[in-house]
Amino acid sequence: MIDPVELRALVPRVLVVLVGRGVDFASAEDAVQEALIRALASWGEGPPADPTGWLVTVAWRAHLDRVRSDAARRDREDRVDAEPPPGVVPGTDDTLQLYFLCAHPDLTPSSAVALTLRAVGGLTTRQIADAYLVPEATMAQRISRAKRTVAAAGLDRPGDVATVMRVLYLVFNEGYTGDVDLAAEAIRLTRQLSALLDEPEVRGLLALMLLHHARRASRSGPDGRIVPLAEQDRTRWDTDLVAEGVAILQAALAQDRLGEFQAQAAIAALHADAQRVEDTDWVQIVEWYDELLRCTDTPVVRLNRAVAVGEADGPRAGLAALADVPDDVPRREAVAAHLHERDGDLEQAARLYASAARNAPNQLERDHQIRQAARVNEQLRRQDR
Amino acid sequence: MAKYLLLKHYRGAPAPENDVPMDRWTPNEVDAHMQYMSDFATKLQGTGEFVDGQALAPEGLWVRYDGEGRPPVTDGPFAETKDLIAGWMIIDVDSQERAVELAGELSAAPGAGGRPIHEWLEVRPFLGLPPDYPA
Repeated sequence: MIDPVELRALVPRVLVVLVGRGVDFASAEDAVQEALIRALASWGEGPPADPTGWLVTVAWRAHLDRVRSDAARRDREDRVDAEPPPGVVPGTDDTLQLYFLCAHPDLTPSSAVALTLRAVGGLTTRQIADAYLVPEATMAQRISRAKRTVAAAGLDRPGDVATVMRVLYLVFNEGYTGDVDLAAEAIRLTRQLSALLDEPEVRGLLALMLLHHARRASRSGPDGRIVPLAEQDRTRWDTDLVAEGVAILQAALAQDRLGEFQAQAAIAALHADAQRVEDTDWVQIVEWYDELLRCTDTPVVRLNRAVAVGEADGPRAGLAALADVPDDVPRREAVAAHLHERDGDLEQAARLYASAARNAPNQLERDHQIRQAARVNEQLRRQDR
Repeated sequence: MAKYLLLKHYRGAPAPENDVPMDRWTPNEVDAHMQYMSDFATKLQGTGEFVDGQALAPEGLWVRYDGEGRPPVTDGPFAETKDLIAGWMIIDVDSQERAVELAGELSAAPGAGGRPIHEWLEVRPFLGLPPDYPA
């Protein structure tokens, strides 16, 4: 039995071969998907000697069958030459083009994500549907619409690497819900992209993913509850992933073209570097947040910076930094609650934690903030006694 | 089998017996409640009766068509007095009695003081013939 991840790694090359033979992208992608599903069904005894060649042959036949039945439907007698035209040797540039195509600027983020996972990642429609908790038919439609959009837009204006990175980061942040680990898949695809392209921001993104992924085992408790960074069991961090992430980040920073992902990875690396939470170099983290603000000045960056300022210069300074963050930014109340609690204003903290729970973006965070509110309220009751 | 929708309300349901806001419970009481809810869903998955469960944000608005070429009319956020659904669970069970039994069990989730909340849940059968209807 071939490892499904190894199998998926072959998909972009097979797709590129078919496109190289003159098959349009949408049909080629359908044919590869069919070959992939057949491989998953029939390689139980072990993969063929040349898995890529097998996939190319089966995908090519699937394509010809479809062309033939289309031709028959049109009642034509044209014969399709069963011999493949001279093969175009696919190069790394072609795989790179595939990334760009799937993150075409005309696609919505959800469509680009779905198309990337299928055409570059080699996931089946069902796996993608499961991961995003939508019916398979819905995901199939989303993918075929995405392919029509890409075909209509033409290949003259493919996506840029910034869009590709955003798509991969979206996939990474989805984590895992079904049988497919989307975070691991995003890392695999980013690693592949990083090998195709000498671009420090891609390395920065890869480093960021690895450094976050290294903490995964400690991020949630046995019942799925959120464990905040300060309370995580740091002995459970994956030191191999941390070392790899740091090395990739250093190589990226050495190229001296800073971008937002490198800055975020630098912050993650500083956290990873602290054996105990009290060893955290908050002053340097604030400096990196200032760099990050210069790259991308968003309310969320300002919010996270306020947390770091609160640790580096005390809660009052953190609250002052928070004044720059608009009220409606998600999680602002949670940060304000934390800073007020550290400042000793427990009543304000309890009120804000309860409000953060009401407005939490998901169930896990809601549960977490409710626990915080209950904890602070209990402290208040003890004080009153 | 027949499907039932169990609805939990933020507002609009009769007040429960043990009506203390959750942030006023002790941390242990909060944990006990969450454990109960999680065990309940796990049990239903085990018996093959769980279909779906989702939580809704405590906000929303009314929307209606306002004629050709005009943007839809919106009304909201919901007024404080309006009924507001907090979330749902869909179960697939053999009888209405079973649906009621399960809703009762869910409503017994512990709250302040470790005592059951006695929260009112709305039980709505999906359209369809009852499971015991003779063939």
